[in-house]
Amino acid sequence: MSFTEDQITRYSRHILLPEVGGKGQKKLSQAKVFVVGAGGLGCPVAYYLGAAGIGTIGLIDSDVVDLSNLQRQILHHTPDIGRPKAISAKEKIQALNPDVQVNTYEERLTTKNARELISQYDVVIDGVDNFPAKFLINDACYLENKPLVHGGILKFDGRVMTIVPNESACYRCIFKNPPPPGVVPTCQEAGIIGVVAGIIGTIQATEAVKLILKIGQPLTNRLLDFDARTTAFREIRVKRNPSCTLCGPNASITELIDYDEPEACAL
Amino acid sequence: MQLTINGKVENLDVSTVMDVLKAKDIDPQLVAVEVNTDMIDQENLGVTSLKENDKLEFLFFMGGGA
Repeated sequence: MSFTEDQITRYSRHILLPEVGGKGQKKLSQAKVFVVGAGGLGCPVAYYLGAAGIGTIGLIDSDVVDLSNLQRQILHHTPDIGRPKAISAKEKIQALNPDVQVNTYEERLTTKNARELISQYDVVIDGVDNFPAKFLINDACYLENKPLVHGGILKFDGRVMTIVPNESACYRCIFKNPPPPGVVPTCQEAGIIGVVAGIIGTIQATEAVKLILKIGQPLTNRLLDFDARTTAFREIRVKRNPSCTLCGPNASITELIDYDEPEACAL
Repeated sequence: MQLTINGKVENLDVSTVMDVLKAKDIDPQLVAVEVNTDMIDQENLGVTSLKENDKLEFLFFMGGGA
């Protein structure tokens, strides 16, 4: 496949970079990224990936747009209130860049569909707001051998880590199991500075682009924590945990676990 | 003893990781603890002894995204 003149112009600032060039842009146009959640993190991730000319973006979200989402979920506009987030996000991405194929799934990621969906993509983005789903994504990506860019946000804080299965620490290497339901507040309960979602989401998108282009060093074996109050990033070195129940040598998890917590998912 | 906790040097009268959690009033269920880049299993927090200048990271759950 070759680029049209318009595409060469559209992606010219990428193509100018020696690390990207026409070849790299072609890789981006052939890449498939699965974005789980079209909310605070998923919106900036999918928006930038769309702008970057990622060939296929999969968007899964079962929610509809609420007025309280608009402070941070930048793909959804005021007239979208009440509309499915996946559809609303797809329209904005395709208005920005008609080259992008956007697959929408108006459903929740579950133990039943996760592996099958994830297997169809090259890179997965965690943009979900609850622990059962974060563990589900981590486990499914490991079992399907797909790189994952984890993200989390709360109040003034954010966190990113890239996980390459069998090469770097996974989410369970750090957090063995989800916390008991209700003990860790959600953004809905505790609040979030909207732009923190943008900062963390755009770092996740950067990681996805790097993974596809195979340039630089991925954010693996490092947890990047951001504190908006002090505008400080802190990098915490982590490593694969020999007692990890998913990716350790004596792993016990061989299939997806349903930590059903429907309340926490109902944003 | 002198410890570096989440990047900050602190002097605490403690001997195990659990002592630090207690001194800081942190619920062990809510945090993953790393000592000198080794993750400490929840069941070992009380038996993991600390020594001068150990580096601890308390990693709290951060579950938001939407």
